Amino acid sequence: MYNRILVRKNNMSDDFVIAVASGKGGTGKTTIAVNLAHYVARAGKKVQYLDCDVEEPNGHIFLKPEINSTQEVTVNVPQVDLEKCTACGKCGEICQYSAIVCVKENVLTFEQLCHSCGGCRRVCPSQAIKPKPLAIGDIEPGKAGDIDFVHGKLRIGHVRTPSLIKQVKSHIKKDCLAIIDVPPGTSCPVVEAVKGTDFVLLITEPTPFGLNDLKLAVGLVREMNLPCAVVINRYGIGDDELEKYCAAENIDIVMKLPDDRRIAEAYSSGQMIIDALPEYEKHFADLTQAIKVS
Amino acid sequence: MREIVVISGKGGTGKTSIVASFAALANNAVLADCDVDAADLHLVLGPDIKQTHNFSGGKLASVVAEKCIGCGRCEEVCNFGAAVFAGPANDVVAKTYTIDSIACEGCGVCVRFCPVDAVEFKDVVNGQWFISETRFGPMVHARLGVAQENSGKLVSLIRKQAKQLAADRKKDIIIVDGSPGIGCPVIASIGAADMVLIVTEPTMSGQHDLDRVIELTEHFKIPTTVCINKCDINPKIAKAIEKRAAERGLKVAGKIPYDIIVTKAQVAAKSVVEYSNNVLKEQILLLWESILDMLKRTANGGEVK
Amino acid sequence: MKIAVTSTGKTLESSIDPRFGRTACFIIVDTETMEFSAIGNENVAAAGGAGISSAKAVIDAGAEAVLTGNCGPNAERTLSAADVKLYTGLTGTVAEAVELFKTGKLTEAAGPNVQSHFGTKE
Repeated sequence: MYNRILVRKNNMSDDFVIAVASGKGGTGKTTIAVNLAHYVARAGKKVQYLDCDVEEPNGHIFLKPEINSTQEVTVNVPQVDLEKCTACGKCGEICQYSAIVCVKENVLTFEQLCHSCGGCRRVCPSQAIKPKPLAIGDIEPGKAGDIDFVHGKLRIGHVRTPSLIKQVKSHIKKDCLAIIDVPPGTSCPVVEAVKGTDFVLLITEPTPFGLNDLKLAVGLVREMNLPCAVVINRYGIGDDELEKYCAAENIDIVMKLPDDRRIAEAYSSGQMIIDALPEYEKHFADLTQAIKVS
Repeated sequence: MREIVVISGKGGTGKTSIVASFAALANNAVLADCDVDAADLHLVLGPDIKQTHNFSGGKLASVVAEKCIGCGRCEEVCNFGAAVFAGPANDVVAKTYTIDSIACEGCGVCVRFCPVDAVEFKDVVNGQWFISETRFGPMVHARLGVAQENSGKLVSLIRKQAKQLAADRKKDIIIVDGSPGIGCPVIASIGAADMVLIVTEPTMSGQHDLDRVIELTEHFKIPTTVCINKCDINPKIAKAIEKRAAERGLKVAGKIPYDIIVTKAQVAAKSVVEYSNNVLKEQILLLWESILDMLKRTANGGEVK
Repeated sequence: MKIAVTSTGKTLESSIDPRFGRTACFIIVDTETMEFSAIGNENVAAAGGAGISSAKAVIDAGAEAVLTGNCGPNAERTLSAADVKLYTGLTGTVAEAVELFKTGKLTEAAGPNVQSHFGTKE
C-alpha cells in the first residue's frame, strides 16, 4: 500500500524531502511545517524549510529568519527584433496562449500570458526572436536559528506561480530534512511543489469542507504516486467522517492537534506552538516518530 | 445586475461560509463557485445539477508509438521535461519517446517539430462545469480535475455563464466564491467585478496576506471592502487591520466573531444564517446590507467608502 | 466598410454584449449594404487571452471598427495595432449602435475602459 508510511533503513533525517500540503486553505500547513522544522532542529538534526506558497508566504512570520539576500527570479519571454521580422505570422500560429500575435504587419507580445515554451523563437524563420528575462518574483534565502530558510514571493499581478515554486525548490539541500510548505489547492502550483518529494503530509480538519478537499488532495497525491499520511488539526470540531474516510482508505493519521483556542491565539500573534504551549511538544515528537524523521 | 466577488488572500478565513450566508440573505441572486481547485460551496447549497458540460483548458501532446523513430527531437525542444525516452518498442526502434501528461503544458512545440508527425495534439478535458438549482437560486460551479492546468480559464467560463444566467433570468446580483492566493484563478475571478470583498482574519498571517491581496485589487482597480472574520481571536491585530485598511482607503464592512456554530452549520449543510438566530447572524446581516449599500453607490459612479 | 459589434444574439435586434473579450458573439456588419453575419465567440480563454483572440477574430473578419460596451487593455492594444477603431460605452441593440456609428455620433475610445466607470452599466 503506497499510502503506508515508508519504512526506511535508518531513522536519520538526512536527505529526505517532506511536502506539507492540504487541498483546503487554512487547515494548518504552515503551522505544522514551521513547528515540525523547529522541533527537529531543536533535536539537533539538520533541517531546511522552504516556503513554496509563493503567492502568500507566511513561514517567515513564525521562523523569523535573517534573510541573506533577495534574488530576482525571471522567466523568458519573447523579444522580437523588428528589423529581422518579416511578419510571416508563424510565431502567432504556434503560440497556444496568445502571448505573441501578429496583426497586419505588427507583432505584439503579451508577456503575462507567455509560458516560456520557446516555440515562437524556434519557429521564426528569420531568427528574429530572442529570449528576454521577465521578473516574476523573488527568492530570499536565510537562516532561522539552525534552520535553513528559503521562501519565494510572487510579484503582484504575475501568474507564473509554478515557475517560481520550481526555483524555490532548486534550493533544496542534501543531507538534511527538507520541509516544503505547499500552497492550498490541487492544481499546477501544488503539483509543482509536491513533485519529486519523498512524502506528503496532508493537513486537514474534521469538517465537511476539510474532508471534501482532503479527498481531492489524496487523489492528486495518488496520481503522482507519492506516499502520504494525514494530520488532523482542530480535532474535535465537526464530525468523525474524516476519520472514517482515512480508515476506509488505509491512510495513516499521524497527528491529531486538538481544537484549542490557545493554539489559534498563539498562531495569530506569530508564535511557535511548541514554544507558546510546550505541552504540545509531545505531539510533534510523536509525529516525527510516526513519519520516521527523528 | 451587479457582481460581487469574495476572496481572501490567505486560505481558510471563511469565504465559502460567508458566501453561503449571503446566498441565503440575497433576493434574486445567481451563485458562482469559482474556487475550482477545491470547491466547497456545493456542500452547503446542495445543488441539483441540471446541466453538465466538459471543460477543456488546453491541449495535451501524445506520441503515437507506432510512428516514433526515436530521434529525440521532442525531448530537445520541450522546455518542460515532458518528453521522455520511456515508450514502448515498435517495428522500427527498440524504444520510443512518450509525453508525461502531468508535465506537458500543451505548448505544441514537440508537435510542430517532430520530423515524422508522430505527436498528436488533442484538446484535453480537464474538468466539468455545471448549472444547477439550489434553494437560493441558480448556481454555476465546476470541478477541475486534480493536477490540472488552467483554472483561470475555467474561472472565466463560470463567471461568463453566471452573467448569462443572470441576464436570462433577470437576476439582480451575482455572488462569487473565489479562491485563496493572488494568482491566475484569483485574477480571473476579480477582473471587472463590481466589487470585491476580502475576508481576512486577525492573525499576523492574515494581515500579511491581506496587504498582498489589496495590492492586487488596487492593481486591477476594483472597488474593494474588507471583513474581519473570527475577529475576537486577536483584538489587537483586528484593530491593526482596521487601521491598515483605512490607510489604503478601504472600509471594514464587517467584523464577525469566532464561533463553533460556523462548523455546526457546515456539518448540518446549512448556512450560518439559516442554522440559528445567533450573534453571528446579526453581524453577517449587517455585512450584507453594507455591501448592498456600497454596490448601489458604486453603480451611480460613487466610491465604495 | 465592415464593422464588428459585440452582441448577445445573432441578429441586428440583439442587445449589445457589454464585454468585448467574452462576448457571446460578434455581428460583422457592412455599413453600406447592412448585410451582416454573426460569428460565435468560442473564446473564454484565460484572463487576458480572450481579448486578444477576440481581437484577432474581428481583424481577420475584416472589421475596421469595433463597437462594444467595455474593452480591456490587451484587446485594445491588439485592435490598435491593426488600426481598428474602438468605440466603447455602447448599449442598446446592435442596429441602434450601427446607426449611431453611421451618423457619426460616436467618439473613438481613448484607451481601454475596463475597471473605470461603472456608470454605463445597468
